[in-house]
Amino acid sequence: MLEIKNLHVKLEEEDKQILKGVNLTLEDGKVHAIMGPNGSGKSTLSYVLSGRDGYEVTEGEAHLNGLDLLEAEPEERAAAGLFLAFQYPVEIPGVGNMTFLRTALNSQRKARGEDEISAGDFLKLVRAKAKSLKIDAEMLKRPVNVGFSGGEKKRNEILQMAILEPKMCILDETDSGLDVDAMRLVSEGVNALRDGTRSFLVITHYQRLLDHIKPDYVHIMADGRIIETGGPELALEVEKNGYAALLDKHGIAQEMA
Amino acid sequence: MSAVEKMTPAEARLARVTLPEGMGPQRRAALDRLVAMGLPGRRDEYWRWTNPTDLIAPEPVPAAPFADDEPALFDDVERLKIVFRDGVFDAEASDDLALSGIEISRLSEAGDVNWASSLYGTLETAGQTPVERPFAALNTASAEDGLLIRVTGKIETPVNLIYIHESESSDAILHHVVKLEEGAEITVLENGPAGARANIVMEVDVAKTARFHHIRVQGRDHERRMLTGIFARINEGALFKSFTLSSNGALTRNECVLDIVGDDANAHVAGAALGDGKSQPFHHDDTIFITHGAERGESRQVFKKVLKNGAQGIFQGKILVKPGAQKTDGYQISQALLLDEDSQFLAKPELEIYADDVQCSHGSTTGAIDETALFYLRSRGIPTEEATALLVLSFLADAIEEIEQERFRDEIVIRLEGWLARHRG
Ligand SMILES: Nc1ncnc2c1ncn2[C@@H]1O[C@H](COP(=O)(O)OP(=O)(O)OP(=O)(O)O)[C@@H](O)[C@H]1O
Ligand SMILES: [Mg+2]
Repeated sequence: MLEIKNLHVKLEEEDKQILKGVNLTLEDGKVHAIMGPNGSGKSTLSYVLSGRDGYEVTEGEAHLNGLDLLEAEPEERAAAGLFLAFQYPVEIPGVGNMTFLRTALNSQRKARGEDEISAGDFLKLVRAKAKSLKIDAEMLKRPVNVGFSGGEKKRNEILQMAILEPKMCILDETDSGLDVDAMRLVSEGVNALRDGTRSFLVITHYQRLLDHIKPDYVHIMADGRIIETGGPELALEVEKNGYAALLDKHGIAQEMA
Repeated sequence: MSAVEKMTPAEARLARVTLPEGMGPQRRAALDRLVAMGLPGRRDEYWRWTNPTDLIAPEPVPAAPFADDEPALFDDVERLKIVFRDGVFDAEASDDLALSGIEISRLSEAGDVNWASSLYGTLETAGQTPVERPFAALNTASAEDGLLIRVTGKIETPVNLIYIHESESSDAILHHVVKLEEGAEITVLENGPAGARANIVMEVDVAKTARFHHIRVQGRDHERRMLTGIFARINEGALFKSFTLSSNGALTRNECVLDIVGDDANAHVAGAALGDGKSQPFHHDDTIFITHGAERGESRQVFKKVLKNGAQGIFQGKILVKPGAQKTDGYQISQALLLDEDSQFLAKPELEIYADDVQCSHGSTTGAIDETALFYLRSRGIPTEEATALLVLSFLADAIEEIEQERFRDEIVIRLEGWLARHRG
């Protein structure tokens, strides 16, 4: 279970408040979607939860299955089961994809006191997962995300997720940049991981993704807060009418969103 | 005051030079050249960033040998092992010098081996213009030991020169001559710190279509000071390839002077240096000079340095393309990864081109660990130290790739990983 309480976050270098009291509880096995205007703080929330530098938590807390997330190192959060599929996956020249995946998996296993995976089992695991996501084996030989197309990068994020089997998955605009077929593949990949205990926080701008990955809840984020929560119908409403009415209702100026 | 006390350290050093037996005319000529040019000072163009004082001093700065707990390098390789202990050949520890397709003799015992006497000091002399290399002349004059290696065939077995440092005050001066006859091939491996102070020169004559591979690992001694000079002449269709890994060492200056004299020849020189100035100073200098004097020559310089805790890295690399050396392809890259703000990298890339149809490029960068990449790796559960090590290895990858033989590449990577594991935080 992920519990976020009254989370306030500002930029470390600037006096700019980005999150202004986020409250969100994700029970095990649930899929929550977050939508919201550009710049409302969705990626910031995902970065703060996964431990990126540059942000200062001024108030509030976040716990994952009892672990105080905000006190833990990024690698400890990962080992505890948190995974962020980046909005902009990072290219790392010189580090092979396979080395990266194996090191990540074994680091997490080690942190949890489990044995490292054997080279043979690892290869089998990666091949199977890559196949189901239609990721070319040649791509895996390349350095991490280097020379990958936008869509390939997003699929590579889901491959990592499938291999690391996290408990809590945050997907930050994984659908943007995907063609129709890739969107279906990625959604199937995500749905295959829905096992009744794993939870998802899906950040997206488009209702379309939510046709494939059916959320239990939909939240609207604006001006650093969650201003509205509802079921899948909320996403449909936003798709149809945009955010204007909602922002109006909560007294948020359009340009503030 | 006596006359001796009035001498500068350089004068005192020169006054002490004695010429060992054998190669008499070459040694006398080298001493004459040395006296004429003098030992370098900080005002010399190519010594501005590296202080030659400790290399000039009549006596080496005492340096404790470093107790290394790693398995010896190249131990699993089928090789011809030749050991020098504090600069002196150790017959007991060495293999029999007989190997088919190759003639090896000791400089100190060879008298005047015919083929070698026409080479000894010759390539070093050629390498003195346009830039003076006084320490190499000093070496030619006074080297007491070293090997004369003549290769007539394709030798599968690498020749491994192992330099052991045991005495706190050893001043090792070694001079090797390697001559590859037409079509010959050999791999020379060098490893170890050699002495408290070492001056090692290797002259390499690569005949038509011959292939010379050189892989050097300069030991893990923290306190040793070392100057090396490689002087090679590369003939038509020949290949010269040299890679050096340096980790630790108070002072290292690796000079490499390559002369492409035949068409369609290749000259590749690469280096990876890892320096942590925490417990001992670390100063590492690569000074390279490649001359293209023939057509369609290809040269590559790939140098990478990882520096932390005030470590200093220097790169001075030049490509000279002579008139008529058309279709030359010259490439040079020097890069430093600074793991903190105390470390420093200075680079002087130079191109001098007198032919019109050439392709030459050079680049130099200084950077820190990419924070975004580091966070990405950590967000996948890889601890900071391990993630940093991955990024450092990826930074060094281009230099390691320059080693052609995979088995040596792998061995070098294991050493790099070892260093990174020992120098965390
Ligand atoms: N490191 C930073 N430096 C400066 N401004 C930042 C930084 N990180 C976030 N911001 C600002 O904080 C606000 C929220 O950004 P964030 O990326 O979280 O928005 P978002 O909701 O993910 O938007 P989008 O839908 O466009 O992805 C924006 O105004 C953004 O410019
Ligand atoms: Mg965003």
